Amino acid sequence: MQQETYKPGEHPDLPPPSNTIGPMAWIRENLLSSPTNIVMTALSAWFLYEIIPPTLEWVFLDAAFTGENRDECRAKAAGACWAFISERFNLFTYGFYPHESRWRVDLSFLLLLIALVAVLWDRAPFRKQGLYFACAYPFIAGWLLLGGYGLEPVETDKFGGFMLTLVVGVTGIAFSLPIGILLALGRQSDLLAIRLFSVGFIEFIRGVPLITLLFVASTMLNYFLPRGTTFDLLLRVLIMVTLFSSAYMAEVIRGGLQAIPKGQYEAADAMGLKYWTSMRLIVLPQVLKISIPGIVNTFIGLYKDTTLVIIIGLLDPLGIGRSSLADTKWTGLSNEVYLFVAIFFFISCFGMARYSLYLERKLETEHKR
Amino acid sequence: MNESHNNTPEADSAQDFAVTIRNMHKWYGQFHVLKNINLNVVRGEKIVICGPSGSGKSTMIRCINRLEEHQQGDIIVDGTELSNDLRNIEVVRREVGMVFQHFNLFPHLTVLENCTLAPIWVRKAPRAEAEETAMQYLERVKIPDQAHKFPGQLSGGQQQRVAIARSLCMRPRIMLFDEPTSALDPEMIKEVLEVMVELAQEGRTMLCVTHEMGFAKTVADRVIFMDEGEIIEENSPEQFFASPKHERTKLFLSQILEH
Repeated sequence: MQQETYKPGEHPDLPPPSNTIGPMAWIRENLLSSPTNIVMTALSAWFLYEIIPPTLEWVFLDAAFTGENRDECRAKAAGACWAFISERFNLFTYGFYPHESRWRVDLSFLLLLIALVAVLWDRAPFRKQGLYFACAYPFIAGWLLLGGYGLEPVETDKFGGFMLTLVVGVTGIAFSLPIGILLALGRQSDLLAIRLFSVGFIEFIRGVPLITLLFVASTMLNYFLPRGTTFDLLLRVLIMVTLFSSAYMAEVIRGGLQAIPKGQYEAADAMGLKYWTSMRLIVLPQVLKISIPGIVNTFIGLYKDTTLVIIIGLLDPLGIGRSSLADTKWTGLSNEVYLFVAIFFFISCFGMARYSLYLERKLETEHKR
Repeated sequence: MNESHNNTPEADSAQDFAVTIRNMHKWYGQFHVLKNINLNVVRGEKIVICGPSGSGKSTMIRCINRLEEHQQGDIIVDGTELSNDLRNIEVVRREVGMVFQHFNLFPHLTVLENCTLAPIWVRKAPRAEAEETAMQYLERVKIPDQAHKFPGQLSGGQQQRVAIARSLCMRPRIMLFDEPTSALDPEMIKEVLEVMVELAQEGRTMLCVTHEMGFAKTVADRVIFMDEGEIIEENSPEQFFASPKHERTKLFLSQILEH
């Protein structure tokens, strides 16, 4: 190609050379840039070829979707027996919640969805009302699920399955963030009593496994409470799970607080802003933004830890799955059960992870020129 | 005067001054940073403070709005004595504006939001009024068209002018500048200094830590030279630059004026 010449100061902006843009350039750069890279690409392609077709076959093509029991399934196809899951689907979803009241669970799922849209999507229609609704949601959902005040009361030991996971997960997520923020601020407080309490709480909770706390919640708490008082087991679990992840949350937030330049605090002070105002308007928005990966990490950890409630006899989807496997009609179908439960958790957790990435990009104001 | 006006005799005698500092000492742990500082700033006076790095000049002006605490002596700002009384600190901070070396704009807020934050939350101004005032001051610093951008999208000089506008929005009686041009690229220093020179013509009290000797010559009523935590010499700019008295002043001037 002929090299154009320009006078000094008159060189125009030219497009980049054509071999550095487009899909071919992308492939060359990312898949075939060096001998090692070529070998890795070939190995990966072979690996995917070995894994994907058999999996698809087992899951979809060679699977039985109907049948009364394991043997009927096996007679139809050599792959997965999804009839088992569809027969147990209601159990997986509602646990032992009374049949005639399951519409209340459905309604609270639906309302949860509406509240989530309002909270997560800042251009949602009627967002302001939606946010008020989201604040009221825990009470509405509590009323719907527990009953009373005109609805048939349902004991919490009937809760189970995905519904139990969502109750524990959403409650823990909703309350651990604010409590964690308060603990992190408390840890930095000038007041010795508040600082000692925060440090003591965080270090104690972090030093003890969640399972231990759940055992304490399920058994030992009875010794400390006055004789005859009953304290709902699910409520104890909710409190323990929330406190447990709020201690981790506090440390995530503390990391964020330390990353905020001192000048931000000084500018806020110099303007005469009061402590809570400058925290709310200046410090915390920046802290939460940079802490998003850690916060969502803690959320995901909490969400998956809800499966530990099986230890104290509550049946989450994993527990339902294990007890279903004991049914002689369906023995030996553990692959189907665990894959099904895994998919449910994966969708929830992957959704949280992707949302956090979206949020990080949306809030990026610092370097967008 | 304001409601928390202090009626002690010392405060009364300090009333004619925008800032009075008497026998003030400050330590960082064992390290004696400020030694027996005495300074009276008349209302409307423009003061430039210079000195080698580590001489305590920034620390001194940061004591005036209590970003740093002094351990001995008195500081009286606009008739209010700075002590551990939080209300007095609030009163002083409302009347004293500060511009920092690194701008310290709030990166998550737009330029306009940066400017309206304190008027809305500290002065309790209605939003519309605060925005109008903010636009006025942004015009004064010649960047009204950037009002809806984020600080990260502006150049250093523009950011510092926003920071100046942000302080002005509180309509402070006293402005503190802590090396406002030290973090700027050379071609941006001028635009910030021009804004500061304009401000100086308005009768507001200004204390400015800077090495811009041209600025000192143009606007300062008094130049203060500090070294090792003490005020070594103070004089009118003409006298200060033409006939410095102290050896250390001469050495400092020869070092910064050489090139």
